[in-house]
Parts: sequence; C-alpha cells; structure tokens
Amino acid sequence: MRRSLLFVPGDNPGMLQSAGVYNADAIIIDLEDSISLSNKDSARILVEEFLKDYKLNKEIIVRVNSFDSPYYKEDLETLVSDNIDTILLPKANLENTVKLDAILSKLESKKNLTKTIKIIPLIEQVSSLLEVEDIALLNRVDGILLGAEDLTTDMGVERTKKGYEIFYPRAKVALACINAGIEAIDTPFTDTRDFIGLEEDCHMAKGLGFKAKSAIHPNHIDIINKVYSPSKEEIVYAIQVLKMAKTSKGAFSINNKMIDKPVIERAKKTIENAKAFGLI
Amino acid sequence: MKNSLGRKVPNGYPLFEASNAFEKKKRVLISEVKTKNKDKLVNSYAEVFEKLEIKDGMTLSFHHHLRNGDQVLNACMEEVKRRDLKNLTIAASAIFPNNEILVELIKNKNVTNIYTNYLNGPVAEAISHGELEGMLIMQTHGGRARAIEAGELKIDVAFIATPAATKSGGGSGVDGKNPCGVLGYPIPDMLYAKKKVVVTDSLVDKLTITDIKHEYIDYVLKVDSIGDSKGIVSGTTQVTFDPIGLKIAKDATHLLYELGVIKDGFSMQTGAGGTSLAVASFVREKMIKEKIKGKMASGGITSYFVSMLEEGLIEEIRDVQCFDLEAIRSYKENEKHYLMSASKYANPYDNPVVNDLSFMILGATEIDLDFNVNVTTSSNGVIMGGSGGHSDAAYGAEIALVVAKTMNARIPIIKKAVTTITTPGSDIDCLVTERGIAINPKRKDLLEKLKNSKLKIVSIEELMEETYKFTREPKPLELKSKVVGLVEYRDGTIIDSLYQV
Repeated sequence: MRRSLLFVPGDNPGMLQSAGVYNADAIIIDLEDSISLSNKDSARILVEEFLKDYKLNKEIIVRVNSFDSPYYKEDLETLVSDNIDTILLPKANLENTVKLDAILSKLESKKNLTKTIKIIPLIEQVSSLLEVEDIALLNRVDGILLGAEDLTTDMGVERTKKGYEIFYPRAKVALACINAGIEAIDTPFTDTRDFIGLEEDCHMAKGLGFKAKSAIHPNHIDIINKVYSPSKEEIVYAIQVLKMAKTSKGAFSINNKMIDKPVIERAKKTIENAKAFGLI
Repeated sequence: MKNSLGRKVPNGYPLFEASNAFEKKKRVLISEVKTKNKDKLVNSYAEVFEKLEIKDGMTLSFHHHLRNGDQVLNACMEEVKRRDLKNLTIAASAIFPNNEILVELIKNKNVTNIYTNYLNGPVAEAISHGELEGMLIMQTHGGRARAIEAGELKIDVAFIATPAATKSGGGSGVDGKNPCGVLGYPIPDMLYAKKKVVVTDSLVDKLTITDIKHEYIDYVLKVDSIGDSKGIVSGTTQVTFDPIGLKIAKDATHLLYELGVIKDGFSMQTGAGGTSLAVASFVREKMIKEKIKGKMASGGITSYFVSMLEEGLIEEIRDVQCFDLEAIRSYKENEKHYLMSASKYANPYDNPVVNDLSFMILGATEIDLDFNVNVTTSSNGVIMGGSGGHSDAAYGAEIALVVAKTMNARIPIIKKAVTTITTPGSDIDCLVTERGIAINPKRKDLLEKLKNSKLKIVSIEELMEETYKFTREPKPLELKSKVVGLVEYRDGTIIDSLYQV
C-alpha cells in the first residue's frame, strides 16, 4: 500500500544513502531520464552494489530504461533480484508490459528469486493511455503511474500547473486501476517550492480516484502523505460508523446522514488504510 | 595532567571538573574603568597608538560585530606591523577569514598570544600548523565576559568598532553608514579595559540608541571606513531547503512539542544556521496552530524572531548580535527588542539569559557516545570554529538539543570520542539526526516523557552503528604532541587542548 513514491537518481550515492530517511512509502531508483547516457553503466553498477549492502526498509522500485533503448536488457539482467520489489516500465504499453512479464518470469527462475517482482507501467504516450484498461489487468501489474510530462508532449499540449489538460488522462487511469483493483499513482508535481500548488494538485488527483503520488523532491513527501492518508476526522467518523454498524440492523443515521452499506465499506477501508499507514 | 573528561591539559592550567563547578566559587569583579579625558577626537591609528603608548607585550581587544567585513582589527594590525611591535596578545571575540593579516604578524612574532571565542579561515589554519609562539585560548562568549570582569583577561586597549559615534564617545550600532545592530560583545571591554577607543566612520551629533557609553571611552577615532557592509550583514540568512535539514528541523520541533517545552511562556534560542532557522520556522507554525504565546527569543537575532515578535507570538527579544537587516531595524524601532551584553547573555555569574531558555538549538561538527560536542576543530583536527555561546547555552537551557546530519559527505558526525571537546556531554540532552533521535541517558525524565512517542528514539550507539554502515569507522586521528591552544570552559578551567596538525 503506497501513498508516496520518491524518485532518486541512480547515479547519486548521497541521495541513495539518504533515500530511506524520508517518509516515502516507496523509493523509485531511476536509471532512465535523470541519468545521462555516459552514466548509464556506472549508475547500474552503483545501484546494484548499493542494494546488495543496504536495506532501505521501503518498497524498492527500479525505473529501468525503456524498451526502445539499448540499456533495458542489462538493467533487468543486473538488477532483478530479491533486493528489489518492482520494476517501473517507462513508455509502457500493452505489448512491452506483456514482454516484461515474460522476461521477469525467466529471470526469477534463473536467479532463484524468493519473490515475484511486480510491474508498474508508466503511461506517458497517448496510444498506451487508450489501452490502459487492458494494461491494468495484466499479470504482475499492481499499480499504474501516469507520466504527465511526456504524455502532454505526445498530446501536443502545454503542461500547466492547474492540470486541466490531464484531467481526462487522470480520470481514465484512475478508473482503469479501480476496475483492476490496483493503485493509480499520480504524476509528480514539478515545482519543488510550491507547496500550496502541490497540495491542491494532490487533492485534485485524489478526488479522481488516485491512491498515491510520485515525487521528484523529498520535501514533497509529507504533504503527499498527508493528503493521501485518512484525516483524524475521517478516522474518528469511520470508527463511529463501524461501532454503530455492529449494533444496528440495516441503515442507520449519524448527524442526520443516512449510513448504508457503501458508507460502511468506505469506513472499513479508511480504518484499513489508517492501520497500514501507522495512524492508529 | 588530565581533567575530569580524561583530556590532557598542560601543567599549570586549571582543570575542568564539571559544568556546574563555578557554583562553588564567588563572582570576582574588578573595578569599572571610566575616563577623565575630555578631548577625545583623533584622526589616525598612529595618533591613537602614540597617545596610548601602545607597546610590546600589550593586550589589544576587538569585537566581531562587523564579522567578515571588519576593517578595524586589520587596520590596527597594519599599525602594529608598521611599528613592529612584538609579543602582543589579541583578545578578539571572534576572528574571521578577512583578518588574514594576523597570519603574517603571528609569523613575525608581533602577535604571540590570542584569546578568542570563534576562529576560522587562514588564521585558524596557521595556528593549527603551530605558527603561534604562545598560546591560543578559545573561550566561550560568557567565559570571555567573566574573564574580563574578573581581571583574568587584562585588556590594555579595547578598540571598539562602532557604526556611529558622537565626539564624546557615545556609540551605536544602528546608525551610520555601516550599521551592524546591537553591540553586545564589547560591553565587558568597554567597562573593564584600561583604555578604550571607539573607532567609527560616522560621527554624529545624536544617536538613536546608545550602546557604548561615553564615560568609559578615552578616544574617538574617525576613519574613512570601519568595514565592508556586505561582509557585516549579508541579509541572506534563510531557512534551509535541504530536505535532510528540513526533516531534522521538523523532527526537532515535534520532539520539543512532545517534551512539553513549546508552551505558553517558553523561551528559545536557535542560532542562524539554515536548519536552526527551520526549527524557528516550524516552532512558529506550531505556536500559531496551537495558539501558544512565548516569552522570549534570545541570542543572535534574525528576521524570523523579529516576525514572531511583531506577530505577538513572543513578548520580547534579548539580542547580543543582529544577523540581518530586519533585526537591525527591529532593534532600532521596537522597544521590546533589547540589547544584552555578552555578560548578561552568558556569563555564569551574571544570572545570564541563557539560564532562562526553555530550549536551545545547537550544532555539532562531532558528537561522541558521551554526548560531548566538538564545534572547535574539523575531523582532521584543524581549528574551524569555536564555542561562541554553545557551551553557555547548553548549560543554561532546560533542553539543549543538537541538530546534525549523521554524516557530512563520508565523514560520520557521531564518534566514539570527539577530536576536541567544546561542550561537555553532561549538558547536551538530545541529538536529532535524519536517522533518529538520541536522548542523553542521564535525562531519564525526557525518556519517560517519550516512552509512547512515535518519533524514532534510539540510542546514540545505534545511530553511530547505522552511520558506520555507510561510512565505516574512521581511523583515529594522528595529531602532533605540540599543544597550540586550549579550549577554556566558561568557568575558566580547561576542557581540552588543541594540537598541532
């Protein structure tokens, strides 16, 4: 269960060693866009050695290079191990996500892994957005990340802070994930110092059904966690709902509001999330 | 000989026993020295040196309110060089990189002994390399004031850089062309030095505020410039944006709140570093959210405390040194923004303001498993700082809280034993790092309050081991046997020695 996922460049030892100290639920170690071509191999080696020696006690996600690059095979060969949990696949589509599933199966078998590596497809092309419902249902896929920067470039529209241009992509990704029972993960907010804008952006995506958000700066993590966690008031209300549901038959009311099955289910989910995030 | 912390001290010097050992002694006060001189105005350093008969072996004092923009100490040293005076002792409350001229004078034996509270740059490096013939004594802000009033540090002539002065010798730090704010550090020099010279580049008829009293001043030296305003007040002290610094600051604020010290009537000091200012900023947010009103902020003052005063979050500011232009403006305009002398700030015998602090945020270059803190030398043994008010506030504050990253590049901050002890671990209560919070086991009361805390409370040993997983254990530092300086605790005893590198 995730609320916040922090991107960390794979070629920066200082950032790798401090990645675990923030409150991010998952760390995305990046080998793709933040790494220059000349550093692709050194970053891969650094990440491999780092993960052998240090445990961050977080979900470890590796963003490998895309399948249209010459680097992805070596990335997967080197880094798929029990030291990671998930592969973030850039420029994902139905075809390459299926292909990644097959590659992971082979590597898991070859390396005798004790776990199943999950996949988070990164949806950043119009063509893959249009097949996102099918991608979400694929084997191993347990979350989908919307990549708004590349997507809006592909759409030929300006990326704005308000995000009206990604309203439909967000809604589509969110519904696909809800349908598949997996997490919709929102695109990063790129202004590292605009915390009010970040919070508004989080609320917008949460309202559409997103369960988590990625971040390119550690200073964003606490705000993301706050928005994507149940609030104190929500927890208190959920406890009240569940307490009354135990003793009531059928629908009942709290503060003149009718409480029926969907509200009770939401209350259960709130408590489940609150427990998972250590809030109660 | 070894002191109570096991640190070697050269024979003949008083050994540090405990931070409260001063209570066993009585305050010693020499008489204040007022002047009878009426004709005070002079026009050159040469004239001052002539009139005061400054000669070999004398002790000259300076303050550091002009920081890295100071030109008064430098101009005096030019005069010393021109006259080739020998065996002088310099008692400067701090020495900065722009005071590099001292290096040449140290090598020439013009200057053979130095007293200071903070020292970095070329002078620090020269002394660490054994260039000073006599001894460097690193005092605390409170300790310097105590030593001066007790006559232990005898000052022959105090040169008091003053942004604006009257012909009769009154002085202010808020007027003139190079304002620096309050003049808290030279007050003991003004009271007890044998002779006092106000050095100014702005002669005025009237002062907005009078920090330097004319009756103590023998001469007023008018010069073209006392300093470079860019080096005096940068105006750029800002809350850190570094995510690790911010995490530490947030955790420190949570910790203080959980310990119950952020409450109505509390008092604080935070310093002007980025992480310290972040603590001030988070404390302010907490005060607004929880509707808490504080009593006082003290120490070196920045715009953050000024805002809190103007917002009514605190009742008053006790200021020994302004760090930015907003602090200067506030001191000039706000009657609740008070000057405090170095003595009132931190002298153990002057019922100092540090004793009223609910908490103090401190830094550390190194901290050891006994919570001893080093802010004097770098991990390779070179002098790069000094106590300033560190030891004073650590003793006085109810909670002395150190904020530090567990590693600086690949150098771990926590060590089995620090290179130099600046502040004894008995006075340090909490260490807040990005990887967890360690509470001094001596503070059982704090541990009890935190037993149900969700903060990551660990032992300092665990923090060190976790850091060593990244850095490995550093090899012991090999220093030469020659003692180049002494770290003098606020009561005048020696807490540690500084060795040649």
